[in-house]
Amino acid sequence: MSETHDAGQQVDGFEPRIVAFFCNWCTYLAADLAGTSRMKYAPNARVIRVMCSGRVDPQFVMEALAQGADGVLIGGCHPGDCHYQSGNYKALRRYHLLRRMLTDLGVEEKRIRLEWISAAEADKLRDVMNEMVAEIRALGPAHLEVPDESFEELEEVTV
Amino acid sequence: MSDKPKVAFYWCASCGGCEEAVVDLAEKILDVAAAVEIVFWPVAMDFKRADVEAMEDGEIFAAFINGAVRTTEQEEMVRLLRAKSQAVVAFGSCAHLGGIPGLANLWDRETIFRTVYEDSPTTDNPDRIHPLQRYRDNGHEVELPGFFDTVRSLDQVVEVDYVIPGCAPMPDVISNAVATLLSGDLPPAGTVLTPDVALCEGCPRIDSKPEHLTISEFKRPHEVLVDEEVCLLAQGLLCLGPATRGGCGAVCIEGNMPCTGCFGPTSHVRDQGGKYLAAITSLVDADDPETIERILASIPDPVGTFYRYGLPGSLLHRKRMPVDA
Amino acid sequence: MPEPAARTSGNGNGTPRIGVYVCHCGTNIASTIDVAAAQRAAESLPGVVLSREYKYMCSDPGQEMIKDDIRDHGLERVVVASCSPCLHEETFRTAIADGGINPYFFQMVNIREHDSWVHKDMAAATAKANDLIRAAVRRVRFHQPLEARRVPIDPKVLVLGGGIAGIHAALTLANAGKQVYLVEREPSIGGHMAMFDKTFPTLDCAACILTPKMTQVRNHPNITIWTMSDVVEVDGFVGNYKVKVKHRPRYILEEACVGCLECIDACVFRRGKTPDEFNLGLSKRKPIYIPFPQAVPQVVLIDPDTCIEFRTGKCKKTCIEVCADRNAIDFTQTETFDEVEVGSIVVATGFKAFDAGRLPQYGYGRYDGVYTALEVERLVNASGPTEGKIVLRDGREPERIGIIHCIGSRDKNTNVYCSRVCCMYSLKLAHLLQEKTNAEIYEFYIDMRTAGKGFEEFMLRVKSEGVHMIRGKVSDVYPEAGGTGRVVLQAEDSLAGMVRKIPVDMVVLATGLEPQPDAEDVRRIFNITCAGGGFFMERHPKLAPVSTFTDGVFLAGACQAPKDIPDTVAQAGAAAAEALALIDHGYIELEPNTAYVVAEECSGCKTCLGLCPFSAITRVDGKAQINPVLCKGCGTCVAACPSGAIKQNLFEDEEIYEEIMGVLAHV
Repeated sequence: MSETHDAGQQVDGFEPRIVAFFCNWCTYLAADLAGTSRMKYAPNARVIRVMCSGRVDPQFVMEALAQGADGVLIGGCHPGDCHYQSGNYKALRRYHLLRRMLTDLGVEEKRIRLEWISAAEADKLRDVMNEMVAEIRALGPAHLEVPDESFEELEEVTV
Repeated sequence: MSDKPKVAFYWCASCGGCEEAVVDLAEKILDVAAAVEIVFWPVAMDFKRADVEAMEDGEIFAAFINGAVRTTEQEEMVRLLRAKSQAVVAFGSCAHLGGIPGLANLWDRETIFRTVYEDSPTTDNPDRIHPLQRYRDNGHEVELPGFFDTVRSLDQVVEVDYVIPGCAPMPDVISNAVATLLSGDLPPAGTVLTPDVALCEGCPRIDSKPEHLTISEFKRPHEVLVDEEVCLLAQGLLCLGPATRGGCGAVCIEGNMPCTGCFGPTSHVRDQGGKYLAAITSLVDADDPETIERILASIPDPVGTFYRYGLPGSLLHRKRMPVDA
Repeated sequence: MPEPAARTSGNGNGTPRIGVYVCHCGTNIASTIDVAAAQRAAESLPGVVLSREYKYMCSDPGQEMIKDDIRDHGLERVVVASCSPCLHEETFRTAIADGGINPYFFQMVNIREHDSWVHKDMAAATAKANDLIRAAVRRVRFHQPLEARRVPIDPKVLVLGGGIAGIHAALTLANAGKQVYLVEREPSIGGHMAMFDKTFPTLDCAACILTPKMTQVRNHPNITIWTMSDVVEVDGFVGNYKVKVKHRPRYILEEACVGCLECIDACVFRRGKTPDEFNLGLSKRKPIYIPFPQAVPQVVLIDPDTCIEFRTGKCKKTCIEVCADRNAIDFTQTETFDEVEVGSIVVATGFKAFDAGRLPQYGYGRYDGVYTALEVERLVNASGPTEGKIVLRDGREPERIGIIHCIGSRDKNTNVYCSRVCCMYSLKLAHLLQEKTNAEIYEFYIDMRTAGKGFEEFMLRVKSEGVHMIRGKVSDVYPEAGGTGRVVLQAEDSLAGMVRKIPVDMVVLATGLEPQPDAEDVRRIFNITCAGGGFFMERHPKLAPVSTFTDGVFLAGACQAPKDIPDTVAQAGAAAAEALALIDHGYIELEPNTAYVVAEECSGCKTCLGLCPFSAITRVDGKAQINPVLCKGCGTCVAACPSGAIKQNLFEDEEIYEEIMGVLAHV
């Protein structure tokens, strides 16, 4: 169930599942602030806390997608503000190539998102959440599971 | 009937290079032949499938299977060999990770058949005939194996006991692995039979690699006059050494070419391509999106480069199958 | 009381025994999340032997319940689903430690700030809580028994910078009984304040209030003053810094010189020929000189670039002749080094005045009558180049003076920030100049920033003294027609609504404050950051204004941001207090979320070495090694290691994968 509705969405009951990796010092605190401010946003994301966006291993993103996530959100501090000085720059560099590589593997760009959200930007967090859920709802499920294959009915031709 | 351990060799979707590698053991092959009894080896010996079917379960000591699983026949054969063998050894990158045939996972059967049988420039097939599995004509019946959409590594079809990695594995890697298996002192199931450390440890050029390497442009091997003494990554080439298990003697580096990752990742990594991506992007010398994009644009094909051998074995296994509208 | 449950390592299959607690938090959680359903769902998770719900887990009875359960049910891991870990993670860790298990066998689930407070639909909120709890239960199985590390603190302190900030910090620390090394780049301590005449808003004489403090510093048994010195290397970590200090040669033996200054009179140079640095080039000095009369140490120095003995080797050396009985002059002196061990460092390196030459439209360097504010401070000062008389370069006394605010401040072409002190010092200079010259004085301002104690009153006083205030930024400075020697200041008077063209004899440019030009180099030595205009970055702008993200390194004064003397002294005292808190505590405890290298798995590929901003990773015997005290636990190297050989305590790959699987399981 979503807290916002965009007009013109396909109403087929699909609710995106989003895994979010938030850095402890900025984005996680922004989410806390959104809570203490009683802001409301779509409940589709599940937050996994890391100390820095630089900890986010591309393998985490891929494992999340492989396990059925429809989107992955990475939240870190603004450039220049990283609590550990430069971890977010490494996250940024990885994100650029990872996103391109994932599009080559059929994962739409909009499913992987990196956002700089400082501890004071609870409203940005709310907006990003709502926006991302709406966008992925429009894209539909990621459908990255590898279909089982069997050849029960042999294809045949008779002359 | 000898009491030498029985071994089988089989090839799935492969190039034949792994079979050559066994032959490349040269004199050592005589030691192998002396130590074991080969009961099945389609490329070199005349045993039939029926011979294997007639065996008891577990009668074969070890089945060395190379190639990825791409057709129904291959799946049947590996399942058969699994049932008849005590140990199944994935031999070579294709069996280990999917190998180069695994890059076909960027497409599906429809697309591949259309390209091969219709669209390729030298094909003359006006009736758009694709291979099918059964063909009957005049009372005669011909069957072809089914062609899967998705290439799989061996362990995605049957349980694999050991892995001999490489494309193709080197002679000493093979003979060491075979010696280990015959010694009776078996490592834990699932072990890859080479050291569990990345290639850089054994690389002759490691001392020339700077401690604080940063990269502002990636190069392809034909774009640079490659210095024979200096670390290849330091020269901007996409050497997968840091993300690839060693034990190969760094032969490609000795040949002045970057490692392409054929031994697969260490056991502490779930996705070789993802880890390599993490490592080299961390070294990119830029902090703003525009410069980062510009530098990364000099990597023309991330999937083909980082998953040359390992796409089926990666976390996502393949490009997303076309989604029906 | 039932017998305590046997403490096995799990349910027979190696799974640790997990207790899950779901908190109502009154109605904060319970009104939106079906807590009973969450508690029931947790019961059936693998490894969970006990699942409870409770009204207020953080309360004493709540914590006691956990401790009792650990004892009675042999719990080996605890998961609490309640509020943000930022609030109560420590509370529960302490509780379970009291209960007898390692405090890090704990995982907290945020179902309040991240769930019940931000969602409306109970089904969705409860489903989310279940996913998050499942993730925590999966994760906590992999937690290791960690220990917070204790590091001892060396009580000695190094203060870098001998201006008023460094002086005050040093005195505070020394008075508290700590040994202080005060390292100053210039030949004397005193900083910019020693150059001022009177200080706003009280018009105290700067020298009168500064020199007693400088003398205190000189006489204090706990302070070692090193002038002409720089910090060249800092190794180590909080409580255990090794600092290498370079001393540049004065060519004078400090212990022997008594500061009689006869050598200066005796110098073969009849008059000074070199622009005097302290007087900003407005006067000349000899090769042997003392920066200013009250210098501490009261010792002269020789400038090797202009001294004839250094340049030709053939000087009469009359200086040595008059110093015969003291023998303090030594032309053979060289650079020396000292290495000291300290536990904390206060960086108080001050500011650099904005270079007015960067804005040629104001005529600095082109027209003789244009001065910077600091130059005017020296003119006004009785011990300055003109002995306190306001005399222009061409010898005239100015009759009309224009003071232009915001030169190099509030300007997107140079510095966007406001330098905070210039409005006040411009008013002060207006007052002093008027006192000395009776000139007509025009202040061209954008805003009057008089926010401090007594500042507004000072401005009203200066206004009442007849200083003309014009609200408009001067756009052009050009020579008056007719060769009068004056320049015209053209500005739009925004309050009067007209353009004014005011000819003046003297222009005073209120130049802003910038970081020192070598701030980038200095920050690297100390592993701190520059931000916001290039000033050193504090740990938190409101709650931690004197500490940095490098434990044990503190900031004081204008090097952190432009500020006036009262704020500088306050900040210096605060920095000293923070250092004293560290020293008094005796040790520091670090959260055990550091990264570590498993040496057998490391290939020595060197990928990680350059990634750590804290220089925690070094290469030893062909493998990477992480210093756990330097490591801050960001995990960047962990993600980058292409072999997976670097792991992070508390944030292991396996633990995060388990969370990923946990939140996506089912459905």
